[in-house]
Amino acid sequence: MFRVTRRYEFAASHRLDSPALSEEQNRDLYGKCNHPHGHGHNYVIEVSVRGPLDEISGRAVDTARLDELVAREVLGHFHQRNLNAEIAAFSVRVPTSENLAAEVCGRLKAAWHGEFPGKWPQLERVRIAETARNIFEIGADEIE
Amino acid sequence: MLITRKIEFSASHVCRNPRLSEEENRNLYGGAANPHGHGHNYVVEVSLEGMPDAVTGMVLDLKELKAILNREIVEPYDHRFLNREVPPFDSVVPTTENIAREIWRRLDPHFSNGAARLHAVRVYETADLYVDYFGEPPCSA
Repeated sequence: MFRVTRRYEFAASHRLDSPALSEEQNRDLYGKCNHPHGHGHNYVIEVSVRGPLDEISGRAVDTARLDELVAREVLGHFHQRNLNAEIAAFSVRVPTSENLAAEVCGRLKAAWHGEFPGKWPQLERVRIAETARNIFEIGADEIE
Repeated sequence: MLITRKIEFSASHVCRNPRLSEEENRNLYGGAANPHGHGHNYVVEVSLEGMPDAVTGMVLDLKELKAILNREIVEPYDHRFLNREVPPFDSVVPTTENIAREIWRRLDPHFSNGAARLHAVRVYETADLYVDYFGEPPCSA
């Protein structure tokens, strides 16, 4: 069994501010991530796919199709966008990288069988590096 | 506990399956099917699983692992055209998956009896594409 991982990037802005908390609580909790006008990151996303080898192609996944899926479902919506203002999920949820990883993984999982209708390859995990030091990972089986 | 050693080699390859037509190869592999080949700086991470020895405090002497990796991978693969110079890639398409599997096959016999067992072979073809191979589950028969 193979796990193939592809790396992508998008640049986006966000602001961490929970409507369930007071202004002061938000400042205390999120610190500079709560600055009122937001800020941005070069997000690095790794998408990992699991599958057996196709003996004709010698590959476990057609990476060109994976690239198309990720571009269509994720990068096209997130790159050079303000996550709070332009991604519907983040009008109700705080765009932490935990929530972002779940959103990205959920979008790929929902569209997966349209692009890869067979049993294999399967989406295994999404890993997001908000910066080189802060990395978040979620398994596809953690998404309903 | 896992220990991982990283090595690099630079090699050229071409991804073409002789059982497929020119057009099928183009559609399947894209630019990687260009007949004269192209190259990568491959990065390989080899992970071994084991418990530290009570006396040495080591899962495996990394000098020993380094020597095995150099002999089995770097020496035969580095600065070579994989399809022409490194069997089995004269008959097996040198995709990242097949390179990871072949490296596993070369390394596994070195770790089949000792305290450290081969856990994973990770091959980076570029910084944007890597493959992890964990071996195949043993035959039930």
